[in-house]
Amino acid sequence: MASWIEIGNLSDIPPRGARCVTTPLGRIAVFRTATDDLYATEDRCPHKGGPLSQGIVHGAAVTCPLHNWVFSLETGAALGADEGSVRTFALKREGEKILMDVDLMASVAAD
Amino acid sequence: MTKKRKLIVVGNGMAGCRAVEELLDLAPDRYEIEIYGAEPEVNYNRIMLSPVLAGETGFDEIVINGRGWYEENGIALRSGEEVIAIDAASRTIATDKGARSSYDRLLIATGSLPFILPVPGAALDGVIAFRDIADVRRMIATAEGGGRAVVIGGGLLGLEAANGLRTLGMQVSVIHLMDTLMERQLDEAAGFLLRRELEMRGIEVLTGAQTEEIVGTGRVEGVRLKDGRLVPADLVVMAAGIRPNIALAREAGLSCNRGIVVDDFMRSSDPAIYAVGECVEHRGQVYGLVAPIWEMCRAAGAALAEEDGEGYRGSVTSTKLKVTGVDVFSAGDFASGEDREDIVFRDAARGVYKRLVISEDRVIGAVLYGDTQDGSWYFSLLREKENIAERRETLIFGPALAGASQDPNAAVAALPDTSEICGCNGVCKGAIVNAIREKELTTLDGVRAHTKASASCGSCTGLVEKLMALTLGGTYNPAAVQPICTCTDLGHDEVRRLIKAKELKTIPAVMQELEWKTSCGCAKCRPALNYYLVCDWPDEYADDYQSRFVNERVHANIQKDGTYSVVPRMWGGMTSAKELRAIADVVDKFAIPAVKVTGGQRIDMLGIAKEDLPAVWADLGKAGFVSGHAYAKGLRTVKTCVGTDWCRFGTQDSTGLGIRIEKFMWGSWTPAKVKMAVSGCPRNCAEATCKDVGVICVDSGYEIHFAGAAGLDIRGTEKLGIVKTEDEALEHIVALVQMYREQARYLERIYKWAKRIGYDEIRRQIMDDEERRKALFGRFVFSQKFAQVDPWSERVSGKHQHEFRPMAEIGFPRAAE
Repeated sequence: MASWIEIGNLSDIPPRGARCVTTPLGRIAVFRTATDDLYATEDRCPHKGGPLSQGIVHGAAVTCPLHNWVFSLETGAALGADEGSVRTFALKREGEKILMDVDLMASVAAD
Repeated sequence: MTKKRKLIVVGNGMAGCRAVEELLDLAPDRYEIEIYGAEPEVNYNRIMLSPVLAGETGFDEIVINGRGWYEENGIALRSGEEVIAIDAASRTIATDKGARSSYDRLLIATGSLPFILPVPGAALDGVIAFRDIADVRRMIATAEGGGRAVVIGGGLLGLEAANGLRTLGMQVSVIHLMDTLMERQLDEAAGFLLRRELEMRGIEVLTGAQTEEIVGTGRVEGVRLKDGRLVPADLVVMAAGIRPNIALAREAGLSCNRGIVVDDFMRSSDPAIYAVGECVEHRGQVYGLVAPIWEMCRAAGAALAEEDGEGYRGSVTSTKLKVTGVDVFSAGDFASGEDREDIVFRDAARGVYKRLVISEDRVIGAVLYGDTQDGSWYFSLLREKENIAERRETLIFGPALAGASQDPNAAVAALPDTSEICGCNGVCKGAIVNAIREKELTTLDGVRAHTKASASCGSCTGLVEKLMALTLGGTYNPAAVQPICTCTDLGHDEVRRLIKAKELKTIPAVMQELEWKTSCGCAKCRPALNYYLVCDWPDEYADDYQSRFVNERVHANIQKDGTYSVVPRMWGGMTSAKELRAIADVVDKFAIPAVKVTGGQRIDMLGIAKEDLPAVWADLGKAGFVSGHAYAKGLRTVKTCVGTDWCRFGTQDSTGLGIRIEKFMWGSWTPAKVKMAVSGCPRNCAEATCKDVGVICVDSGYEIHFAGAAGLDIRGTEKLGIVKTEDEALEHIVALVQMYREQARYLERIYKWAKRIGYDEIRRQIMDDEERRKALFGRFVFSQKFAQVDPWSERVSGKHQHEFRPMAEIGFPRAAE
């Protein structure tokens, strides 16, 4: 069962940019693409722990600022030659508001 | 030795000088030569005025023969002095400065005059022609204020003027008498495609429109058409045609019709007087294009050298429109007729239209729009009157298919030696091939330097490269263009050129116009494009922070654990107790885990959480610190030694100069980082000879060095030159960096760029060419107006706050409570 918590407004995030949400599980990066699609992933590259929220957002992908790994924001999978993935989180929009599913997070915590 | 005879050339334009070049090739010592030119300029390439107007090239680049050429060949140049009379009987000329001079041979190359429509108002201020560099300068000056321009005449010249003025930001309308643009060169279909393209560029096209009157009081205000419409205008360009400039010849009693009548050896009715160029009439024809004029000059040169030659037999001409991004080619006769057949090819999606006009199994006309690469092949079929019956079915697809050969060089191989490759400079295939063989040329630049082929508008570069491949065989390895990234097939140089040429001023505009293959680029191309736009349009382009690497976006250096390091500027490596105390306080207050002295003579604080950055900067700012840009593709440090202030060996105030350079140049973005140093004597304690730019002070002044490296590669610097004063040192260094900013590929350090461009070329432009150096300096100073803002204080006062705070903090989710 999903339980949605409001985390902010669309305008809080620049297009082709990201902001962070701090949670007990660590930081989650919330991305906004050029076409205003929203995605959330853990803010930690599986390669060397780089903060993905600080990378360049292009299409529905982000490039890690430390060593240029590229991740699909939709699936969390590394693109190109690199192998690995980041966890993604469900978001939804209600008008301007952005909501995140915290139940999912709880299940992650229980892992 | 016999005494030299005297040759006077009236007209310092393309034809006059070209004929002299041809003469000098054959008989360098026969004449004492004097050239008179009404314009106060050296000899330049008039057909390249359009790219100058469009801002794609500068005047320097279209100079054909600089003053050195006149000196080397012992030619007396009288520029800015007009010949006003010729006395054929006594063989003397008179000038507007009251001088007289006598000749054994006279060459008239007075060219043509723009045709000014005889309508009321044609003499108003703001009505100009498009004929010489002075006209271009006037247009550029008028366009600075924006406003509206009307171009009268939709021919080659008019459209190039319209495109140039539009590129300069004016609202432009073209008034054309006929129904089809460039109707002498294009058929209706190609004219339509051209019109649509121009309209898409925002140029209004009024065809079938006759100018009745130019209105305005004192200064032009508009153009009234015959149908009563009024087109408002701040500038009117008359491009309704040209007329041979024959007044002087006619007054001298030479036989003239439309032009000065000449025989096949370019001799006028007076055997001591020759004429070439747009002012002549040969076998009833008057020419306004460059290729026939080169042929005339060859004939005139030979005749003046008293060599036997075939003379000039008249020309078949072809035309190309010099509007970037619009490819139009036309040659021969393309009117429809009973004995004529058309072969037509259209590709609407690509905007391609090709039409060949065939008569008796020969190509007699060709119109190409959108894809003109086969133009020179068709043109040579046409000129050589080749029978095409056998390959007729595939002819329209170009030489590759028509010749049944898939060798990409086959078409070029098939061209005869007399086939013209470079239209701008009139260079034919044979000349290029000979130069490659005789001068052992292996690079495109070498071919450009020796033959001038592809050195002007560059549209024949592909052909020249094929010729090189053909001539050199396997030894020629054209530098394959490396695309910027997988989002595009274009390389950095091409993209930089097109950003300027097409006036692309935003990242989406670049991606749209240059047909990016991804919707919004990637982490490779976006920062590169962002830099190019920041560099090229400093006052207009808004820096796109989402296209910058994190370090440049948050103005600190990301570390492996996601924390940041902060390096404030210490100008020239100098600091004080107050500054050190402020740093110590910041380190304590924010519990910064590491403090390090850097290689660039300043202090790095490492391990700062992103959220703390604005507060750290605020405290540093209070002590007078600004960002050290230690994270930037921009000016980093200027390392210095203590120089004459303290050192017993110091020859100049190296610390002072270093600080001055750093204060002048901080904040500028560059393709890659720039590190500098100033050493006060050749002992070089500041290690200036492995920097991007370094200065070694000596007793007599300042030795400027560049293109060193001490990173991935180790490389000692090259010497740029020596200057006497600190002011000169600053000017030279700034100009060098600006040249690098404008030319280099993103992430290309100075040493790599310099190696690619050539150290001598850089020395020539910076040390020898004062005008260019000052222009580069000026552009740097202009861009600094927008760049020299301390990014830290901006952020302390609230800019991009979102960067530094989490959007939300979520407590333990309910399920875990």
